[in-house]
Amino acid sequence: MRQMIIIGSGPAGYTAAIYAARAELKPLLIASAVEAGGELMNTTEVENFPGFPEGIMGPDLMERMREQAERFGTEIVYDDVASVDFSGTVKKVTLGSGETHEALSVIVSTGSAYRKLGLAEEDLLSGYGVSWCATCDGAFFRKQEIAVVGGGDSAMEEANFLTRFADKVYIVHRRDSFRASKIMQQRTLDNPKIEPVWNTEVASIAGTPESGVTGVTLRDTTSGAERELPLTGLFVAIGNDPRVHLFHGQLDLTEEGTIAVTGRSSHTSAEGVFAAGDVIDPTYRQAITAAASGTVAALDAEHYLATLPEDLLRVAIGEEEQGTAPAAGSTVDPAGELVPQN
Amino acid sequence: MSHLKNVTDATFEQEVLNSDKPVIVDFWAEWCAPCRAVGPVLEQIAGENADKVVIVKLNVDENPETAAKYRITSIPAMKVYQGGEVVKSVIGAKPKPALESELAAFLA
Repeated sequence: MRQMIIIGSGPAGYTAAIYAARAELKPLLIASAVEAGGELMNTTEVENFPGFPEGIMGPDLMERMREQAERFGTEIVYDDVASVDFSGTVKKVTLGSGETHEALSVIVSTGSAYRKLGLAEEDLLSGYGVSWCATCDGAFFRKQEIAVVGGGDSAMEEANFLTRFADKVYIVHRRDSFRASKIMQQRTLDNPKIEPVWNTEVASIAGTPESGVTGVTLRDTTSGAERELPLTGLFVAIGNDPRVHLFHGQLDLTEEGTIAVTGRSSHTSAEGVFAAGDVIDPTYRQAITAAASGTVAALDAEHYLATLPEDLLRVAIGEEEQGTAPAAGSTVDPAGELVPQN
Repeated sequence: MSHLKNVTDATFEQEVLNSDKPVIVDFWAEWCAPCRAVGPVLEQIAGENADKVVIVKLNVDENPETAAKYRITSIPAMKVYQGGEVVKSVIGAKPKPALESELAAFLA
């Protein structure tokens, strides 16, 4: 058993890990198998994280946060959480590998997932012209006409990035102005390859997996009038939903679907379970606010651990050996073979 | 570094289309973060199923002809070829259990 498990490896998770590791809580951080580093792994230049006046690439920023967390003794497992049990004083977290880890405190920083348009053709055409990741897929749309749906900073960033490849990028937005930051709006409106399509939503997407996306039907949100727009790609950037599916029935949620916390703290409805980052934040959702929130969770968890009986803590610290789950971070892979170190 | 074999526009027909065993092709690129994440997962699956399936990688930047032919517009894209035809496509990085269940028909 451990003192702390952190679920998630975005700015909230890594910052919580830096604080907890410096407090000698030896946290175990579950980073995810293929989404380690979180949402910033799919972004390009980050220009608003303090301390990087020249900007920094999203994946580089996350790499540095990971290094900083590891420097103070955070142990990282690259697997996904399959289930959790927060009912007792000892919390249980089971991974995709089947391994179960136990801890006296858990910090949930699972972030959020891309929101879909909710159209029937969307899943069918995902990977055939419908995309949620401009940095992954933009290069396949060289010299083509494509559209971004959305009006926030992510939509602006994607549209500007996509003009490196595409001849023309429409931004389809439901309202008559963007909600993105002024600097991003200006950069977007100044870009000659970008054309905003105001007061408009996507009613349907045309195409098949064989043909790829061939166009969209647009609907005017004021008049209801519909028109066709030929396109080969549609990038969806309409926001995110908190990733809470693991916690239904174990943690209280808010009306917005985020994990409910008490006041400005990170305390959830389950004692010993704390939450941080986008999973508790329906409003700001910035790398820096997530990082700050991770700090709050680490400090709250540290205070909570100090209130627990000493015999429990001694077991968690490892001074008393007792039926613990298999140790993580072993150098032997699940098949029992040594991993080559070259 | 990857232990999976790389195929190219030049070798695709021989290595993939003419293969006796099913071949899973991982379409990827250097600049794609999810591709880097899914690479080690595919290596594990390849190692554990070496007798049933061949897994190879194709760099879409260096091999645009094959990427265009198979209409790759999202990576990572993993396509299973059997008898020269695409019989299954998986798009996007997924954890090992999810990938294994999508590819179960070729790993059993």
